[in-house]
Amino acid sequence: MSSSNGKLESRIPAGALDEKWAKRKSELKLVAPNNRRKFTIVVVGTGLAGASAAASLGEMGYNVIVVCIQDSARRAHSIAAQGGINAAKNYPNDNDSVFRLFYDTIKGGDFRAREANTYRLAEVSNNIIDQCVAQGVPFAREYGGLLANRTFGGAQVSRTFYARGQTGQQLLLGAYGALMRQVDAGRVKLLPRREMLDLVVVDGVARGVVTRNLITGAYERYAGHAVLLCTGGYGNVFYLSTNAKASNVTAAWRAHKRGAFFANPCYTQIHPTCIPVSGDHQSKLTLMSESLRNDGRVWVPMKAGDKRPPNDIPEEERDYYLERKYPSFGNMVPRDVASRNAKMVCDEGRGVGPSGLAVYLDFRDAIQRDGIETIRSKYGNLFHMYEKITGENPYQVPMRIYPAVHYTMGGLWVNYDLESTVPGLFVLGEANFSDHGANRLGASALMQGLADGYFVLPYTLPGHLAGRKLGDVDTDHEAFKAAEKEARERTNKLLAVKGSRTVDSFHRELGLIMWNHCGMARNRKGLEEALQKIPALREAFWKDVRVLGEGEDLNQELEKAGRVADFMEFAELMVRDALHREESCGGHFREEYQTEEGEAKRDDENFRYVAAWEFQGVGKPAELHKEALEFENVELTQRSYK
Amino acid sequence: MSESTMKLTLKIWRQSSAASAGRLETYELDDVSSDMSFLEMLDILNTQLIEKGEEPVAFDHDCREGICGMCGCMINGKAHGLERGTTLCQLHMRKFNSGDTLVIEPWRAKAFPLVKDLVVDRSAFDRIIEAGGYISVSTGSAPEANGLPIPRDCSELAFDAAACIGCGACVASCKNASAMLFVSAKVSQFALLPQGQPERQRRVLRMVEAMDNEGFGNCTNEFECEAACPKEISVSNIARMNREFLGASIKAT
Ligand SMILES: Cc1cc2nc3c(=O)[nH]c(=O)nc-3n(C[C@H](O)[C@H](O)[C@H](O)COP(=O)(O)OP(=O)(O)OC[C@H]3O[C@@H](n4cnc5c(N)ncnc54)[C@H](O)[C@@H]3O)c2cc1C
Ligand code: FES
Repeated sequence: MSSSNGKLESRIPAGALDEKWAKRKSELKLVAPNNRRKFTIVVVGTGLAGASAAASLGEMGYNVIVVCIQDSARRAHSIAAQGGINAAKNYPNDNDSVFRLFYDTIKGGDFRAREANTYRLAEVSNNIIDQCVAQGVPFAREYGGLLANRTFGGAQVSRTFYARGQTGQQLLLGAYGALMRQVDAGRVKLLPRREMLDLVVVDGVARGVVTRNLITGAYERYAGHAVLLCTGGYGNVFYLSTNAKASNVTAAWRAHKRGAFFANPCYTQIHPTCIPVSGDHQSKLTLMSESLRNDGRVWVPMKAGDKRPPNDIPEEERDYYLERKYPSFGNMVPRDVASRNAKMVCDEGRGVGPSGLAVYLDFRDAIQRDGIETIRSKYGNLFHMYEKITGENPYQVPMRIYPAVHYTMGGLWVNYDLESTVPGLFVLGEANFSDHGANRLGASALMQGLADGYFVLPYTLPGHLAGRKLGDVDTDHEAFKAAEKEARERTNKLLAVKGSRTVDSFHRELGLIMWNHCGMARNRKGLEEALQKIPALREAFWKDVRVLGEGEDLNQELEKAGRVADFMEFAELMVRDALHREESCGGHFREEYQTEEGEAKRDDENFRYVAAWEFQGVGKPAELHKEALEFENVELTQRSYK
Repeated sequence: MSESTMKLTLKIWRQSSAASAGRLETYELDDVSSDMSFLEMLDILNTQLIEKGEEPVAFDHDCREGICGMCGCMINGKAHGLERGTTLCQLHMRKFNSGDTLVIEPWRAKAFPLVKDLVVDRSAFDRIIEAGGYISVSTGSAPEANGLPIPRDCSELAFDAAACIGCGACVASCKNASAMLFVSAKVSQFALLPQGQPERQRRVLRMVEAMDNEGFGNCTNEFECEAACPKEISVSNIARMNREFLGASIKAT
């Protein structure tokens, strides 16, 4: 059944779940090899999604233009992923399957994702591993020479492939290598240190972008027959997050203002195992891989306000609260559950460390059981990193961890073909909303980014290229001129404020509002308060921000100012989405809607839909469109990890 | 570990563009927390500069987790500072003492032209990778992953080389500004893996040629690169690359 929901045409193929993708592929139009070079594709971003898509399209013979913010494509934020990537290979023979990976993902997402998308993700997961191994990605191996797997947050099978604690780096270097091969072949034109400032839409179709060259300050226009946004997530709206500093919502937000609907912006993932905040100087938060929960035990003191050093607290005065509350999953419960429980014990005054906003992750028992060398071989680099940052030795004292903003499940709305509500604008990777529902399981973002870029988009894009009449559009078109003019004016406006406060001080203030009112737990009163505070802060920003220098050279404050200005507008949408969703699901926890035991309580009757918002103007409430979610293959259950 | 505060004197290279002249400027900083990272210390300096109406110091950074390879500068003549196996962003102020004077300069190498202050242009590295730092396998054509068992030792050794983050510290720390450690790490990763064999000779020849074209210097076995490398990439990779290159050159002639 193809569901149509007003302006939202999801294009989910009819038929059995395991036949949908095959069916869609057989319907999709093709572009013949010798015609491909006539098409130019503009790709924004070189993370796993962008690099894999651009490389694949280049290999197929398209003309590809790629822009990214960093000085090299290899430095995209994907590089920082640590833990691993899932696939349904079932190498360990523990009864894994495509269906099980699909089921875990849809359940982990608290039944707020599309069945068809999630199933396709599981279906192509195995091809990703094949592709990466062929590229020379050094995944962990057993002595027999075959690939090793481990378990990862929220799964009862071992399906995670990993490359020490640097899985994202190795996968990205594989995709980056493939991309550079196409640069060498002359099919990809790679333009680093460029920031996309606007999407150019001609006759209702996305036909290019306007960028600012971050070194020269020049405005540049790139035209093509389609635009792919692969620009990552918006977690930095909270200021403090595990995201890289340049991660932003700008590209997605500007596209939203040009007609792309934004879906489920309130679904954010707070990761349970991060190094706690140490002071006001803190500029970002560091994730400690979730794999640590395989061997570390999470606990806090039984008594509130117990300030004794952890090793002085006897066993019977420790509360291993995850093991106590969730005997079957224990320390391995999904992220949202682990994070919320950490917040709960800290709210009870049982948090540890100088700020009281931390819980222990203790390896004492694992070291006693397996020996220090085994633990070192598994987690040595993570322990080392922890010690560098905190000055404490986790082999001797338990780590202190606290939840931090990590990933955003929301993003631009896309149909089954990954096309947004602006025809010709495709959105891949973390920037779209499509596969993780209200909560993402560990090791599935890397899988999704590469699935989108290697195996989905290359099949669906020709549907647009061959299916629509795309006239000639070059960068002299009026729409390009107008978009560039707007981008210029916006930049000049930022430079002209000449106020008294730094960009960072505004960003921190916004982040605090979001963390307090739209973070791990939300309620109507807090959200309404945020809706008062954000516009006021935005106004103060435009009156009092201080951006020194000119727009004609490398000006990092100006770059930040542009991104923060967009976060200020976007934050309001996020809060409105959180306010309207009167249920709890996954990472969206509304205090008013919980079970007696304090777990998230969904309202499937009223909220079993994707909320896709249409821009109406800055400060004006966006218009809500609903895409109903149909579940034909799984039963909607209350998630239980007891 | 308990937090303390310190006073520092910073001498920082300021240069507004490649074309203009540069100089060391002195800044005094009080109240630096020992818990801060080096980049957070620079953030504090920049905040103070902006408040005074002076242009902040430009420096590259992104992940602040020691993995993207974006950050880096010389501290008292050492790339990424004194602590071994550490990027600038992972270096913490507790490694310094109150009263210290720190001279902070950009990477200096002909092949890394200066952009502004501490920011340099490392695109030469990308052009070297473009010349062969990959295995040519188009999407969709890969065989089943476990079809090719790879001995664990061999895979681990390849990984040690693959850990390179492309930050450029090896070049900056070398008196000849040689890129041998960077290039040899990529060449080694693939020379060690069965998947890398078909292009083994072509790869090393092309990458070395690209490296020479970019104007990097020769390696004279000083091993400063290994000492400065935040990922502790071994100079044994350079020896391996030399063997690979020699072997490939003989075949080619
Ligand atoms: C610390 C950490 C650890 C993680 N570990 C795991 C893990 O173990 N397993 C897992 O599955 N997932 C993990 N994740 C999540 C995962 O890494 C990301 O979701 C994923 O890599 C995002 O990839 P992407 O290609 O969508 O975007 P990104 O990698 O974020 O790339 C975005 C790209 O867009 C460019 N860009 C952005 N905005 C603009 C603009 N305005 N103009 C021009 N270019 C722009 C950037 O330059 C960059 O090239 C982790 C995330 C973090 C933060
Ligand atoms: S900022 Fe990424 S390595 Fe330092």
